[in-house]
Amino acid sequence: MKVSEKWLREWIDTPQTLDAIADKLTMSGCEVEARDPVATAFTGIVVGHVLEREKHPDADKLSVCKVDNGQGETLQIVCGAQNVRAGIKVPLALIGAVLPLPDGKELKIKKGKLRGVESFGMLCSSTELGMSDKSDGLLELPQDAPVGADIRNYLKLDDEVIELAITANRGDCMSMIGVARETALVMDVPLHVPEIPAQAAHHDDAFPVDIQAADACPRYAGRIIRNINPQAPTPVWMQEKLRRAGIRSISATVDVTNYVLLELGQPMHAFDLDTLQGGIVVRYARDGETLVMLDGQTATLRSDTLVIADAAKPVAMAGIMGGEPTCVTASTRNVFLESAHFRPAKIMGKARSYGLQTDSAARFERGVDPDMPFKAMERATQLIVEICGGEVGPLVDTCADASVLERKSILLRPERIRRVLGVVMDDAGVEGVLARLNCEFSKSDAGWQVQAPLARFDLTIEEDLIEELARVRGYDSIPAELRARAPRIAQPSETAVGQGRLRNLLVARGYQEAVTFSFVDPKMELTLAPTADNITLANPISADLGVMRSTLWSGLLRSVAYNLNRQQYRVRLFEIGPAFHQDADGKPQQRTMLSGMITGNLYPEQWGQANRPVDFYDLKGDVEALLEQVTGTQFYFAPVAHAALHPGQSAEIMTQRDVVGWMGALHPRIEEKLGLEQPVYLFEVDLGLLTQRTLPKYQAISRFPAIRRDLALLVKQDVLAVALENAVKKTAIPQLVSYYLFDVYSGKGIPDGQKSVALSLILQDFSRTLEEAEINRIVDAVIASLQKEVGAVLR
Amino acid sequence: MQSLLELMGHAHEQISQAASLAALDQVRVLYLGKSGLLTEQLKQLGKLPHEERKAAGAEINNAKQALTLAIEDRKQSLQAEALDARLQAEKVDVTLPGRRMDTGSLHPVTLTIQRISEIFAQLGFSLAEGPEIEDDFHNFTALNIPESHPARAMHDTFYMDSGLLLRTHTSSVQIRYMEHNPPPLRIIAPGRVYRCDSDMTHSPMFHQVEGLMVDEDVTFADLKGILEAFFKAFFEVDELPTRFRATFFPFTEPSAETDIRCVHCGGDGCRVCKGTGWLEVMGCGMVHPNVLKNVGIDSEKYTGFAFGFGVERLAMLRYQINDLRVMFDNDVRFLKQFG
Ligand SMILES: [Zn+2]
Repeated sequence: MKVSEKWLREWIDTPQTLDAIADKLTMSGCEVEARDPVATAFTGIVVGHVLEREKHPDADKLSVCKVDNGQGETLQIVCGAQNVRAGIKVPLALIGAVLPLPDGKELKIKKGKLRGVESFGMLCSSTELGMSDKSDGLLELPQDAPVGADIRNYLKLDDEVIELAITANRGDCMSMIGVARETALVMDVPLHVPEIPAQAAHHDDAFPVDIQAADACPRYAGRIIRNINPQAPTPVWMQEKLRRAGIRSISATVDVTNYVLLELGQPMHAFDLDTLQGGIVVRYARDGETLVMLDGQTATLRSDTLVIADAAKPVAMAGIMGGEPTCVTASTRNVFLESAHFRPAKIMGKARSYGLQTDSAARFERGVDPDMPFKAMERATQLIVEICGGEVGPLVDTCADASVLERKSILLRPERIRRVLGVVMDDAGVEGVLARLNCEFSKSDAGWQVQAPLARFDLTIEEDLIEELARVRGYDSIPAELRARAPRIAQPSETAVGQGRLRNLLVARGYQEAVTFSFVDPKMELTLAPTADNITLANPISADLGVMRSTLWSGLLRSVAYNLNRQQYRVRLFEIGPAFHQDADGKPQQRTMLSGMITGNLYPEQWGQANRPVDFYDLKGDVEALLEQVTGTQFYFAPVAHAALHPGQSAEIMTQRDVVGWMGALHPRIEEKLGLEQPVYLFEVDLGLLTQRTLPKYQAISRFPAIRRDLALLVKQDVLAVALENAVKKTAIPQLVSYYLFDVYSGKGIPDGQKSVALSLILQDFSRTLEEAEINRIVDAVIASLQKEVGAVLR
Repeated sequence: MQSLLELMGHAHEQISQAASLAALDQVRVLYLGKSGLLTEQLKQLGKLPHEERKAAGAEINNAKQALTLAIEDRKQSLQAEALDARLQAEKVDVTLPGRRMDTGSLHPVTLTIQRISEIFAQLGFSLAEGPEIEDDFHNFTALNIPESHPARAMHDTFYMDSGLLLRTHTSSVQIRYMEHNPPPLRIIAPGRVYRCDSDMTHSPMFHQVEGLMVDEDVTFADLKGILEAFFKAFFEVDELPTRFRATFFPFTEPSAETDIRCVHCGGDGCRVCKGTGWLEVMGCGMVHPNVLKNVGIDSEKYTGFAFGFGVERLAMLRYQINDLRVMFDNDVRFLKQFG
């Protein structure tokens, strides 16, 4: 809502500066988003009268004009505007005038010569006066503009426009009267709104109105005005007020309805009476009825939409937009004016459902004072007659549902005020605010019975009134309290696998945490997870962010590529975040995933460490370190086929119960698709399956020495390490406290199709030092098991 | 046979010339070994007349002792020299960088959420979470935003064909939490939220933290007190003026926008605060009675407040990040700055 300071001050009486007013409005809920002067601070510009215009002898696009400056002089002025012609009145910058320019500099008007012809001033456009961002030609002033008058005074340009952000609950502030009322309320100053005189009827012609949908339209005021002058120009004061509110002048009748909308907040519509048949019917549309709208579009109506119809057809979408065939035009002499009330619930969302957005709908869906149609009709009549003449008919105010004028009584209790705001307000303070709000109220034992003004659709319950008390007095008047309350001691779980623990581990291992979008490119998603049952967005921000990710990999891969393209060749990223899919019933499921990716060298560049590119086992080390945080659960890795992974370097991560994730090398085909010029290793685990770890439980440590025995074995090439491990485990010897693989070798010296494996066994007893014979028995048992299970032989 | 005096002279000379422990040991053997020169002299004692024997024996023993001492002295100084030489040889350039696997870093969004959570934990607020694919009821209707309400239009919601939507705010978690937990309640809910809007200053995905406190005696004054305390803690300052401006949210009443004094210019006006001296950082208010009713909480018995703010906004202020989009590019040169 754009508000002219001058206009506002016509109605409110305060010596306070605009700064003070703007601050108060902002603090009390109507935020001032911008402030702009109506024009730049130019000087020396008057109303000029173009007496003659001739073409410039040497320049096609220039004119040489004789201009009356109103001070008894006729000035020769060269002008480049297209619309310059004899007879028009325009702003004339005299010699010595100063015009500030947008770049902060200023233009001083001096006597000049353009292509050899002398020029004694400049004719101006609205842009040059800082009144608009663009203009097409000179600013043409009304014919009755007094020649020689200072343009600042004539157009009342010493004014500022404040732009208010009106919240969705305050439809009543979408008018000058509303803003003035609000300003008077929060500034605690008097409001002077001029009385609207009743307009005497010149004739008895009335147009019949039949309200068939009283639930949606409880009140409809109509009036005929005959024989107006359709060519009458809109007075400059009205044009200027409309302009400052951001409304373009169209024609006098339309301007008047727009002006009343702006002034009183009541949307009105002017029909060309001669295009209407029979009478007005307010009803719901029939499905499929069509209406050519004012904007030229044809709307196919639904039966949930209220229309204004005549005997034959819909002529307007009620409260939203008028129809094109029945609107006033440059030749309309007989007008039917509509000023109605529509219930917010019946208008809400309708405009948007037809792809429309209008000033009228914006007000009706928030609520317009139901007592306003009558007043607005009188005001519009007054203005039309003043400007266009015409013969006024009777004002026919049809009220189909008088309950619209009833006000609900709200109980306001002092104790409730204290309980919500935390402050005690004295009765006088409460009643003072209620009075300033124009509420009717009476004191009772319980508190006050309050009736809010009709225009305030936002005041329906006790809390609404409490909010008014708080904001009118100022939120500053409520103290900030930090009270001691009973402490609430949480029992922090030590067996929850906190995300913080996993994050810190990965950070310690050199990973940067990334945050990527939850929606991704459907094509990439299909490549990485072809079998996922994805969730698609109906209105994505762009096609390549059209589907909810089922894996975090596509976002991370995009980030890896982003870095590689910027000479960052060693990248280690991880992300913890949601992934989505639909289950068998089509219900959305959300899982929290932890994904990571590494590419480039293992170490940062340094002098003391031989470097090499990362490989599968570097990533696996990180994954194992992560999984070790989930104590008490045994994890297994097994080769698996995965669409996103290299078939020879791809593992499934499992527990006894679930597949909890995957890891491996990115499939070279995908590498190529993404233009990645180095291998990427990646993993993803489902944190929903890794939530619990065990509480550490102390176990005594043996005081007796441990003995190490190393075995060198030959096995077939395709024997997995896990098979060797299982063979050792199978012996189930309590003194075999640990074992590990410390070398794997194939090649020179080893038979084809075989590999050499070195295994270390650690033996220890809890109650004594092991003797040689026992040790040999254990080692023999292990060798026997290895031979039986995987065909291992000692080298 | 050499005189003892002559012999000792030679011996002392050789000891002082021994350049290594091995050479010194050779000298020891030469004089004091089993068939060393001094040992030999002792063996010769028997050939002396009885009356001379005692004096000569004592003389040789004295010489032997002197020699042993001299050798020991020399040994110690040789050892000290050897250690010096070793230490010299083992010297390193302590200014060369250490051998390293560098550490990574957490995303500024995570750092900010952790910081917020820690501060509210001190105030007894625990963490809650909810789904990001939401239904209309939890995201709008239960929050007192009826269908077709103009307030819905401001939300630029992402929808799915099923009619479900991506939550536009973490306020939906309020509803889910209150549906299953009776008052008293103190929670914060950080998480991703989505708006169908993308430009220099808007990302279609960002993070919010929602806060909720419901009890028998929670007032607007408490809301002001807790938020003021939070902002001071967050920015680590003892004084940080805040102001609460009236506004409208369908799910709170009274509702407020919270501004803090610009942390960049201290209120003088700068680019960050667009010259106003204030930064809008949070929306808040007293939970609307309709919201409490919608989740079955008696609004006569209980009152509460709720607040919500953008994590990126606070992170940008705290770490002086002036471009929202860098948050989601994941450029490692950006991320490393938070290590
Ligand atoms: Zn600032």
